Amino acid sequence: MSEMKLYEVFIRAKSGLNHRHVGSLHASDPEMALLNARDVYTRRQEGVSIWVVEAEKITASNPAQEHEWFDPAEDKVYRHPTFYPLDKEVENM
Amino acid sequence: MYSQGLTDAKGQAEPEELMAEFQAKIDREEKIEPRDWMPEAYRKTLIRQMSQHAHSEIVGQLPEGNWITRAPTLKRKMILLAKVQDEAGHGLYIYSATETLGVTRDQLTDELLTGKAKYSSIFNYPTPSWADIGAIGWLVDGAAIMNQVPLCRASYGPYARSMIRICKEESFHQRQGYEIMTVLARGSQAQKDMAQRALNRFWWPALMMFGPSDKDSTHSAQSMQWKIKRFTNDDLRQKFIDATVPQAEHLGLTVPDPDLQWNETTGHYDHGEIDWHEFMQVIKGNGPCNKERMQARINAHEAGAWVREAAQVFQQNQAKSNSEAA
Repeated sequence: MSEMKLYEVFIRAKSGLNHRHVGSLHASDPEMALLNARDVYTRRQEGVSIWVVEAEKITASNPAQEHEWFDPAEDKVYRHPTFYPLDKEVENM
Repeated sequence: MYSQGLTDAKGQAEPEELMAEFQAKIDREEKIEPRDWMPEAYRKTLIRQMSQHAHSEIVGQLPEGNWITRAPTLKRKMILLAKVQDEAGHGLYIYSATETLGVTRDQLTDELLTGKAKYSSIFNYPTPSWADIGAIGWLVDGAAIMNQVPLCRASYGPYARSMIRICKEESFHQRQGYEIMTVLARGSQAQKDMAQRALNRFWWPALMMFGPSDKDSTHSAQSMQWKIKRFTNDDLRQKFIDATVPQAEHLGLTVPDPDLQWNETTGHYDHGEIDWHEFMQVIKGNGPCNKERMQARINAHEAGAWVREAAQVFQQNQAKSNSEAA
């Protein structure tokens, strides 16, 4: 028998927060994945909402190209407020 | 401690430049993530260590499961059920993390059931009395925590993250065990004797959980360099002894080691020689319960086959009726 599908599990700890990746599990269908995710990852009230996503449906960036992929942001320090000096008299902005 | 009896994957030739970069990353305390480049020997060592750890969690349910139906009160039964369920959860967290290294769950299960993979020697000891459940929580989970806390900083991201989760949950395990021992140690003479006998049974096997002595441990150096091990076996064992002996004394129980003595100079307890012959026998499959444990896992796997098949068929039928409806 072939192995059951792999699902990635995301949990929202409480309303107001993002769903966050917590791990993965195997299940034959999405409903079973949700039930298993509840039993495996929320035994101590760790969440108020769960997403399960088939692992193979996720498209990911390539870690080997990490540098090239993210370097366009590297030399754009002017995107940060600290790039702009403020006169002492102007305290908060 | 979860790879007690095996030798390391032999380092093979890897591109020097990548190797240097990899080690520098680890030295900077940066984590290695699943799709990052890693030396084959690192991958193999992790798969071995993590899968043995996962197997230990799963097999670890059996000695305690033995007492679920006979727990002395409903409260104890609920606690024990929760603990054993946690162990299953811990096994699953670590299996998931191991799969990110490119092995399948079926492979891992197969390696356990065919005896190719090992699990911690401690779970091959029997639990003939209720007090053993106390001793396991206190000593076995206590030793596991001692080992797992440094693993929260392991260099492999998914392993470290699963350890953080596990450590959070595990401290309840140790405390409930110590509480069982406390109640027994303050009970009738018969209860006190029962607690003492459980300590006698589990003390030495708990010390063996940390693996062979450093002088006989062949693969420590590489694992330390890769930061998938932060302390040596003997260091962790000593930490455990130093922490646990006062806890036993507090309960008026006697640690079954006539050579145990506080050493003013070192600031540690000196202890007697561990029976490494017994340890090797248990690792090789000749412990008191090795066969029983393996048989229980095989039976569970075989008895559950129809459930897995039914779930697959259900999924196929759902998919079919969905596509017909569309």
